[in-house]
Amino acid sequence: MPRGKVEIDADRCKGCGLCIEACPQDVLSLSDDFNASGYNYAATENPEDCVGCGFCGKVCPDVAITVYKKQKEGV
Amino acid sequence: MSEKAVAENTGKMKKVFDKPETLNDQQFSYCPGCHHGVINRLIAEAIDELGIQDTTVGTAPVGCSVFMYKWFDIDVIQPAHGRVSAVATGAKRARPDLTVFAYQGDGDFASIGTNNSAHAANRGENITTFFINNTLYGMTGGEMAPTTLIGQKTTTSPQGRTAKDFGYPMKMSEMLAELDGPTYITRQAVYDVKRIDQAKAAIKKAFRFQMEDKGYSLIEFLSACPINWGMDPAEANERIREEVEEVYPLGDIIERS
Repeated sequence: MPRGKVEIDADRCKGCGLCIEACPQDVLSLSDDFNASGYNYAATENPEDCVGCGFCGKVCPDVAITVYKKQKEGV
Repeated sequence: MSEKAVAENTGKMKKVFDKPETLNDQQFSYCPGCHHGVINRLIAEAIDELGIQDTTVGTAPVGCSVFMYKWFDIDVIQPAHGRVSAVATGAKRARPDLTVFAYQGDGDFASIGTNNSAHAANRGENITTFFINNTLYGMTGGEMAPTTLIGQKTTTSPQGRTAKDFGYPMKMSEMLAELDGPTYITRQAVYDVKRIDQAKAAIKKAFRFQMEDKGYSLIEFLSACPINWGMDPAEANERIREEVEEVYPLGDIIERS
C-alpha cells in the first residue's frame, strides 16, 4: 500500500508542470487529455510511489492538489 | 503542510495538505506557473493559522491580482491604481482592531504608486505590505517596469533595458529600509519548497508585527512571470535563482523591534 496519495482537481489545473518538477518520487505526469479550459492537466502516473510529502501541493500555483499521508500504526 | 488542513481520514490516510479556508472555490485567473497563486495561498494559510480570517482586510492592486476579492474569503478593497498603501492606511486608522494588508505588484507599488508606498512606509503605518516583483508589467503585456533588470528584453525594451536610457532596477526594499518608519523588511522567493516554507514564515512574522503594533512591514517577493518572460514555468524558476536574485538578493533587510 502506498504511503501517500495525491488528488488533483483536473479542472483547476493549468498544466504548468511545477508539481511534476517538485515531486521527488516521479509520481506525477501530464495527462494526454484536456480539461475544460484546454490544458493538459497533471495526473498520477505512479500513485504507488507516493510518500505523501506534500511538495506538489506546496508548489502548485492553482491550489489544485490535495495530499494525504498514511498514518503510523496505532495513530 | 497546512497546519490548518483538517484531519480527515480516508482509511488510514490523513489529509495533510489542502486549500486553506481563507481561499474560496473560485479559480485564480493567473497564467500557468505564475507565482502569484503560490503567494496568495501562503497569505491565506498564514491568515488561517493565525486565526484572523474574520478580522483581516486586504487591499488589492490594479494588475494581475486585481480580482483578489473573488478569491479570498475576507473583505478586500480594490483602490485606484497605486493607491493601495493609502487606502490600507485609511482602513487601519479607522479600524485599528483589524489586520490590514496591502498586496501590490511592481507596477502598483514601485511605479505609479511609489509616492504612496514610500510615504506609508515613512509614516510607519501599522500595515503589512506584500510587494510582488516580477520585473515587468504582467497584466498589460510584459512592458518594462522600474524593476526590470539591465539587459532584460520586454515589449517596450526590445533591445534590452539599458541604464543610460532607462536607469537602474529599482530596489524598493533597500530604499525603504533607509527610512525610520518600517520595522520589518525582507525579500523572499517561492520557486522551491524550501523558499516557500521560508516565505510563509516571513508572512506570519509580518502579520504578527502588525498584531503587536510594531508598525510597517514589507515583504518583497521575487515572482515568476513565465508567459511574459517567454519561458516555461521551470525555466522561469531557474531565471529567478540565476539572474533575478543576483540583483535582488534574498533575506531580511531590516528588523527593528
